[in-house]
Amino acid sequence: MTNSKNFRLLVAIFGALAIISTVRLWTDQDGLTSSGTIGTALRLTVPILLAGMAGLWAERCGVLNIGIEGMMIFGTWAGAWGAWQFGPWVGLLFAILGGMFGGLVHSIATVRFNIDQVISGVVINLFAFFGVRYLSELVYVGKKGGGISQSPPQKWALPRFDLPILSGGEIAGWKSPDFLGWLELRRWFIIGDLGGIGRGLTHNISWATVIALVVVPVSTWVLWRTRFGLRLRSSGESPVAAESLGVDVIRLRYYGLLISGGLAGLAGGTLSIVASSYYRQGQTAGRGFIGLATMIFGNWRPSGIMTGAMLFGYAEGIKLVASDSITALFLFIAAISGVFLIYAIIRRKRIQVLIALVAFCLSALAYQTVDTVPESLTQSLPYVVTLIVLATANQRLRPPAMAGVPFRRGEPH
Amino acid sequence: MRKSLNTLGSSLGAIVLALVICGVLLLVTGKDPFAAYGKILETGLTGEKLLEMLKRATPLIFSAIAVAIGFKMNLFNIGVEGQYLFAALIAAEMGTHVSLPAPLHVLFILVVAMVSGAAWASIAAILKITRGINEVISTIMLNYIALSFIQWIFETFFRDDSDGGLNVKTTEIASSGRMPDLVDNRLNGMFIVALFVAFLYWVIVFRSRFGFKLRASGLNPIAARTAGIPAKRMILFALLLSGAVAGLVAMPSVIGDVYAYGPSSTPTQFGFAGITVALLGRNHPFGIIVAAMLFGFLDSTSAVLQLSEIPSSIVKVIQAIIVLVVVIVNEASSRRYDRKIAERAALALKSLDVSR
Repeated sequence: MTNSKNFRLLVAIFGALAIISTVRLWTDQDGLTSSGTIGTALRLTVPILLAGMAGLWAERCGVLNIGIEGMMIFGTWAGAWGAWQFGPWVGLLFAILGGMFGGLVHSIATVRFNIDQVISGVVINLFAFFGVRYLSELVYVGKKGGGISQSPPQKWALPRFDLPILSGGEIAGWKSPDFLGWLELRRWFIIGDLGGIGRGLTHNISWATVIALVVVPVSTWVLWRTRFGLRLRSSGESPVAAESLGVDVIRLRYYGLLISGGLAGLAGGTLSIVASSYYRQGQTAGRGFIGLATMIFGNWRPSGIMTGAMLFGYAEGIKLVASDSITALFLFIAAISGVFLIYAIIRRKRIQVLIALVAFCLSALAYQTVDTVPESLTQSLPYVVTLIVLATANQRLRPPAMAGVPFRRGEPH
Repeated sequence: MRKSLNTLGSSLGAIVLALVICGVLLLVTGKDPFAAYGKILETGLTGEKLLEMLKRATPLIFSAIAVAIGFKMNLFNIGVEGQYLFAALIAAEMGTHVSLPAPLHVLFILVVAMVSGAAWASIAAILKITRGINEVISTIMLNYIALSFIQWIFETFFRDDSDGGLNVKTTEIASSGRMPDLVDNRLNGMFIVALFVAFLYWVIVFRSRFGFKLRASGLNPIAARTAGIPAKRMILFALLLSGAVAGLVAMPSVIGDVYAYGPSSTPTQFGFAGITVALLGRNHPFGIIVAAMLFGFLDSTSAVLQLSEIPSSIVKVIQAIIVLVVVIVNEASSRRYDRKIAERAALALKSLDVSR
């Protein structure tokens, strides 16, 4: 079972790679899989991924977290302050603590006082936005390079590294060859793409990115393989049953929200410390909500969240680095929907045939007619995709059963 | 009666508690809370500032009522933000394409705004009714979709660069489509419209058969369905109504001040502020008006605070803390009230038992 599943996944990945490689050679748009695009996409994936994981931890323990955006704002501010004062590593720590403060407020409001979880989240977003503005007025105004809406620039940046041999990293002072970069320059079918993608993922990587990526397997392991994780998930699925078995639901929800806040704070920290070198008002730019969307898109599972975050990160990255390649992307989508169309016809699934046909026609039409995609429309891509996923696959999504329902100790539902 | 007194008391207590918390916050950050509060009262209680309070309260009343209509049916319309910005753009543009006598022109723009707001809200309603998608999620997503959609329409179709392109906005609405001021340049006629909408909200939601159905569906959906109230239709009506009122939020700016839609001139963030005002006013029209005035009062003093070396954002922090504390205190006190009622009922039952 698992083997055939893995095999199918491998075929799918390879197939997608073959298609995108064909599209690249056909349209001559190397930006589709260049290491520059992939590297940028990775950097943009990280905050969305962390925000999505923050949502996961909160909802798995049974509390909706609309306040991720606000907790990220706390993270950007506290992280930038810490990094400005004490250097980037301490900054990241402060970012986590800032986010945890938001998580603490949310947990006191929703777990201790049982107020509506959505309301608490909305108020935290407002509180964070204006709270850090107040703090900026106190701390940053009058400092060199600082002001009401931004912090002074940080002196140090986090170290970055290249993987040796594969992408030209240094080993003890010896400059190793940039093998993937060499492959990328050859532009061969599939191999050139693999080189670009591989180099993008291994070249000029910040340690913070590594930390963020480690969060995914660690969260998966803790939530699905440990006693603590089982109990935490049980307080999101069925708190009454969990309590009857002696699980301290209230305490677990506190833990879940503190972890959620910490991850959101770290997401904010990567924005103000890694992606730039200062705090700026509006730096989160709705990424907390994209994270929330990613969590839904990923069906409340780490692997799904990872996929969604990469998808949205890639879309944002290609827009930023290789905006000419966006139209080539339409051809890619058309080809993919074409494959699905054939697959659906063979399997005789009428609705899927219809969906694939519509997607195929729309993207083919877009490729033929559209020269430049207005940036204002591409910005809304994650939200539109999420609504479409919700509208078409709502039956298959499985959120934690009792997420959003207040729980009081000793009261049956 | 007793319950509403209870609510009023706990709301006032919560506001005092929130002010104390903010005072501590000010003290910790090295500012004198008494000086700050004194300054707020001193500057806020002048005639000029009181007019500004009413002006600032106007959009808050619309927004809060839009949110409250949803709340009354247990629907959380976070999408007021997107709905009113969409409506502002469409109404401002449509208003330039018609020529009507003054009162009709204004009315036309208001109706277009309400229809556009309702139209944007209807997406969330349809998604909820046909696909069962939670309106919290869909309205959040629709807010962001609205923002980029509006930006795109505006940039491609409606942008008017005739005044040199410094202050981009749509073409200005002719003078027949402008709402007259109540007090010149200080208070616009939209304030009266806001009070009227609050009154209508009270009549429709609290005094009509439709409103009864709406509130019943919100309080106990299962019982309402059993009583033959069509749940899906009520969701649709509630969200459309909410969106229609949301459409009016930016009107004080569009037909009372700037006479156009502009990305920088049309105010944002009122959708979220409306949520806080609705919570503070406990979804009651009178409460909403009072809460909107309180927030308008605080907002009106922020510019002066800045001059006296107190960061003006403290006003917004105070507002957020007030709402959080009020919600917590209300929840706690209504639970205590419920428990008291339950205890009394249990006692009464017991005494019946004894006498039998």
